[in-house]
Amino acid sequence: MEKIKSTNELAKIRKSIQNKKDKEKSVISICAGTGCRASGSETVIDAFKEEIKFLGLQNKVKVKVTGCHGFCEKGPIVVIHSGDIFYKNVEKDDILEIVSETIIGGKIIDRLLYVDPKTGKKIVKESDVPFYSKQERIILGNNGNIDPTDIEDYIAIEGYSALAKALFNMKPEKVIDKVKKSGLRGRGGGGFPTGKKWDYCRQAEGSPKYVICNADEGDPGAYMDRSLLEGNPHSVIEGMIIGAYAIGSNQGYVYVRNEYPLAVKHLEIAIQQAEKYGFLGKNILNSGFGFTIKISRGGGAFVCGESTALMASLEGKPGEPRSKYVHTVERGLWNKPTTLNNVETWANIPIIIKKGANWYSQIGTENSKGTKIFSLVGNINNTGLVEVPMGMKLRDIVYDIGGGIPDKGEFKAVQIGGPSGACLPASLLDTEVDFDSLDEAGAMMGSGGLVVMNDSTCMVDTARFFTDFSVDESCGKCVPCRVGMKVMLNILNRIVIGKGEMEDIERLERLGQHIKETSHCGLGKTAPNPVLSTIRYFRQEYEAHIQEKRCPALVCVDLIQFRVIPEKCKMCGLCKNVCPAEAITWEKKAPAAINPEKCIRCRSCIQACKFGAIE
Amino acid sequence: MQGETVFKDYPAIDAITKKYDEQKEFLICILQDLQARYGYLPKEALNRVAEKLDIPLIQIYSVATFFKAFSLRPKGGHTIHVCLGTACHVRGAERVLSKIKRDLEIDVDETTKDMNFTLKTVNCLGACALGPIVEIDGKCHGHMTTNKVESVLKKHSSNIKG
Repeated sequence: MEKIKSTNELAKIRKSIQNKKDKEKSVISICAGTGCRASGSETVIDAFKEEIKFLGLQNKVKVKVTGCHGFCEKGPIVVIHSGDIFYKNVEKDDILEIVSETIIGGKIIDRLLYVDPKTGKKIVKESDVPFYSKQERIILGNNGNIDPTDIEDYIAIEGYSALAKALFNMKPEKVIDKVKKSGLRGRGGGGFPTGKKWDYCRQAEGSPKYVICNADEGDPGAYMDRSLLEGNPHSVIEGMIIGAYAIGSNQGYVYVRNEYPLAVKHLEIAIQQAEKYGFLGKNILNSGFGFTIKISRGGGAFVCGESTALMASLEGKPGEPRSKYVHTVERGLWNKPTTLNNVETWANIPIIIKKGANWYSQIGTENSKGTKIFSLVGNINNTGLVEVPMGMKLRDIVYDIGGGIPDKGEFKAVQIGGPSGACLPASLLDTEVDFDSLDEAGAMMGSGGLVVMNDSTCMVDTARFFTDFSVDESCGKCVPCRVGMKVMLNILNRIVIGKGEMEDIERLERLGQHIKETSHCGLGKTAPNPVLSTIRYFRQEYEAHIQEKRCPALVCVDLIQFRVIPEKCKMCGLCKNVCPAEAITWEKKAPAAINPEKCIRCRSCIQACKFGAIE
Repeated sequence: MQGETVFKDYPAIDAITKKYDEQKEFLICILQDLQARYGYLPKEALNRVAEKLDIPLIQIYSVATFFKAFSLRPKGGHTIHVCLGTACHVRGAERVLSKIKRDLEIDVDETTKDMNFTLKTVNCLGACALGPIVEIDGKCHGHMTTNKVESVLKKHSSNIKG
């Protein structure tokens, strides 16, 4: 492969790739994102390849291994083109039938179709599945259409055309201007206007300048960055090259979590291919501009998602943040001007350049433009990745896209923004999801985790969980975060074992406020949010724990006791067999009984009992 | 690769540092490669890296102890990561963890006496849709329940014996 040397050459190559692809009659696209892999998609892929080879159909049918389609709950997912036929939960045993019936026979296999739980109707096309039809997938949508390890797939869908446009038709200032006009704000959580950041960095004195992609996605419950890097790495790379051109940088870094081995692998492949085709390296597309990207793997520290901590870690030091009175756009990595953006932010850039600022700014609300990807997880029917226009109501995301709460459970809260975010109650379900409305509700966008909680979730325990997380992940540099969070955790630990005092609530609020005001970096400034928001919206649960020594959701182990309901017990003895603590006494023809002193509240018996006789 | 073999393993350590041009900015990557090779960071290897990158040993220790991914003690044959991220937490990850602790008779960050399992927790593996997740040697087991723990663990104990 010769390096591509001009816009014309790029267009020619694109045309020839597209021609080649038109000849493929059918494409079987199989999701191999992390979710589907865990559900066994790799064996499905192998089985498809084997069968196609066995039948000698390699020239007519293409087996395409793609990144995450988003609907992880129903994985492994298989989509047959043309026809956009959507099969869910595909297993190895289904393969022969799919090939003979659908690929060769053109018939649809009923039992593999998705059933809309609301209407009971079977749905054939991927785009008609309600989970997808309510979304606006401008960033994530291509994941299902391309093989992330094949640059030609990306080129075929107009990939790198935005780069060519920026390099040859736009001055760097014009690129920045366009990003400013689009209204794009950083997707990592803070929501700082991207164009403005670039502008500061371009004007900052000092060289060389650096560009960083923050892929240290540490928020528990969020995995959109992972899926973008795994499923469409070139879109992130293209965004970074355009950004580098705009601010005048020749060296970029991607700082990615080591917990994401597949993302690292796909990124490595993508960078190599981009270099081979002349999109990276010296003299990109013969424009005179050069840019290279290095990958740096994180060491597993949440605080490294903070920009200055990330840069310290990139320099090979422990990831401790520093004060930001001098901004990183002026003095960042190695004390040089540095632009750091999140994975999703970078992936937005090529679209803005290609389709224009006006087109982009029509999506979303007045101050929050474009779409946002959320990972919708927890106690919800349709778990997965969803991309919606900014300003959509929480209720629409949870019920229309997410399909509501499973097993007749009640919606209790949605946790948004991870350990820096808040738990919002049902009364705030009509909150519009954009930077400002969430801020008002005491939450924040964060990186986009939406964890839905049902009525069996204890909010005090949830607050304790996040506080525990923040204590664990605090780097220990500043006192408010290191000591203050620990004190908050001690108070919460007291409350969940029934030893709290009413004054504790006020203590938590006061301390939380102090920590927010005096901490060094973003981690400490936001770490009290889960506690403060649960006190604000679920105060009665704190009071129940403290005054009545009762956990309404039956979660806190020291405040609950299990018992056998004699009327429901069928005397089968199953509970006794599974009990690890030998706390259950049972004799034939008599209901079982639980000894509360021995019981460790592990719930093994509740899960084992087929008659619901233990509560 | 554990124990005494390490002392003779300088060529491999040199190959790793060379892969990163002996640049100190890639210290974390180098330590990750060492961790992957030995399952922990042997003292002799760290001495060698300090020499090669021309940085004080204490700087390497400050990095090695700061990040969760590194361990200064040898690990068991299989490493179990129980995800305690939010999504897994609300679906009962704590109960899965205590079941594993009971079954293996170890606490988090400990290794079983037969050196078969090391138990670790992680704050998010990014496969939230399938929570609770238990990852053993890099392979994800989704939708874990306390009842499934035994069979999953057994699979790995028999691997070693067989």
